[in-house]
Amino acid sequence: METLDLVIVGGGPAGMAAALGAYEEGIRKMLILDREPQLGGILEQCIHNGFGLHRFGEELTGPEYADRYIQKVTELQIPYRLQTMVLNIHMAEDRDKLITAVNEEDGLFTVKAKAVVLAMGCRERNRGALNTPGTRPAGIYTAGAAQKFVNIKGYMPGKKVVILGSGDIGLIMARRMTLEGAKVEAVCEIQPYSGGLTRNIVQCLEDFDIPLLLSHTITQIHGKKRVTGVTIAQVDERKNPIPGTERYIECDTVLLSVGLIPENELSLGAGVQLDGVTGGALVDETRQTSLPGVFACGNVLHVHDLVDYVSEESDLAGRNAAKYIRHQKAEATIQRKITASGGVRYVIPQTIHLPVTEDQRFYFRVGDIYNKVKITVKSGDEVLYQKGKAKVVPGEMESVAIKADVLNRAGADLEVTLVQEGK
Amino acid sequence: METKNLTCIVCPVGCSLTVTLDGDKVVSVTGNTCKRGEAYGIAECTAPTRVLTSTVRVEGGTAPFVSVKSKEAIPKGMLFEAMEAVNKITLHAPCAIGDVVIEDLCGSGIPLVTTKGVKKR
Repeated sequence: METLDLVIVGGGPAGMAAALGAYEEGIRKMLILDREPQLGGILEQCIHNGFGLHRFGEELTGPEYADRYIQKVTELQIPYRLQTMVLNIHMAEDRDKLITAVNEEDGLFTVKAKAVVLAMGCRERNRGALNTPGTRPAGIYTAGAAQKFVNIKGYMPGKKVVILGSGDIGLIMARRMTLEGAKVEAVCEIQPYSGGLTRNIVQCLEDFDIPLLLSHTITQIHGKKRVTGVTIAQVDERKNPIPGTERYIECDTVLLSVGLIPENELSLGAGVQLDGVTGGALVDETRQTSLPGVFACGNVLHVHDLVDYVSEESDLAGRNAAKYIRHQKAEATIQRKITASGGVRYVIPQTIHLPVTEDQRFYFRVGDIYNKVKITVKSGDEVLYQKGKAKVVPGEMESVAIKADVLNRAGADLEVTLVQEGK
Repeated sequence: METKNLTCIVCPVGCSLTVTLDGDKVVSVTGNTCKRGEAYGIAECTAPTRVLTSTVRVEGGTAPFVSVKSKEAIPKGMLFEAMEAVNKITLHAPCAIGDVVIEDLCGSGIPLVTTKGVKKR
């Protein structure tokens, strides 16, 4: 059996950044496994621009951002196997990990590794998850599936489109299909706010006069063989359709952009503990999961809005996987939980080992729109850190950087919370 | 004096800008957190531009289409005209990332370039 130091599951932006991070820390015996015929993951079909401003200081398209990493992986001769599906990750008794995968060339094979980085990304929520009433005609796609048809295969999924959900992929596809000649009738969002980035509302909807209907949902999909239209309605605070507000919109296509789910079947099979809110693994400050030597990063850990942050997080996971492989045991002895409260939905990481030697950044998402808040990190009753922010929204991930010495003073578990300004 | 509230789209931060105009002239831009935001505020109120991204058909390649972009932003009003030009083109594999597809996109002076490579089949 092939014995390696590190196996990385997934060759998208997370997997490649983790591989490069581990390489810089001296790891050579590693292997990236990916089920697609090329490295790059979902960036391959994200042909729009806006990637890389934080990481590279310039505005790149998805394929260009991926190419920067593919070039490095190739240059450094980091091994990868494509069109390879990982089937199972198993913890051996000696703490090594057995990774079983399959591809056309090698058939079924198992490799052994000291550490694993999980970088499988996420998938889209679909109609089944929404229970939208109506018939089951052709013409209903997730926004990402439509993106692949248009950008990779060159097929237009339809001519008259209604989009349910205002996630970024839905907004991007509203513009893309409009540019290719389709008419996007409306984007319906059940929440009273958009789930996408503000810049995408501006340049994908407002630029093309596409209405964004907040607090609206599709209550019925019509059509026998093909979608013929949808009934939409306004919803109340409890997200129930308000009788009398129903409206019929004729269309041949419905796109769903209603959220992303970290793809953690492999993690669960291995025995990794997941966070009920993020749908990803519970991790510590090194992005190590509940299983020693198994790390997670990117959208499989929690859904990010910017790839730049995926790269940053994955670099960290890769470097820490390398330290684990080299048996660099941390001095840290105390484990503290990091919990979310007061409008904060979740925090990454969920635990931290103290003392830390480096400053730490906590990433979190809020559950609603809040104006004039103080992002607050507490340890018990003691406030460790506070930062004012004019506005926080659920669609945009927030983060706070906290100095190592401040954290090392923490005498109790940590809590990230929002305090209304003036209180 | 007239003020316009905009959301900056230069980067995903999305700063809320307030642009003060005197007729067609921009007097001030506030709310931006970087220099690019100021430039965006001015351009958006005088001559709005956008980067166009799309795909172009490829013959004889490992993929049927290749992604492209206008190398710089082009006038916003030109987007649909540019799409027509883009959709008329067929490339022959191989093509490399950054290849110039159209030298001057609809008289904007901006070239259309590929954003990925396609190998020969």
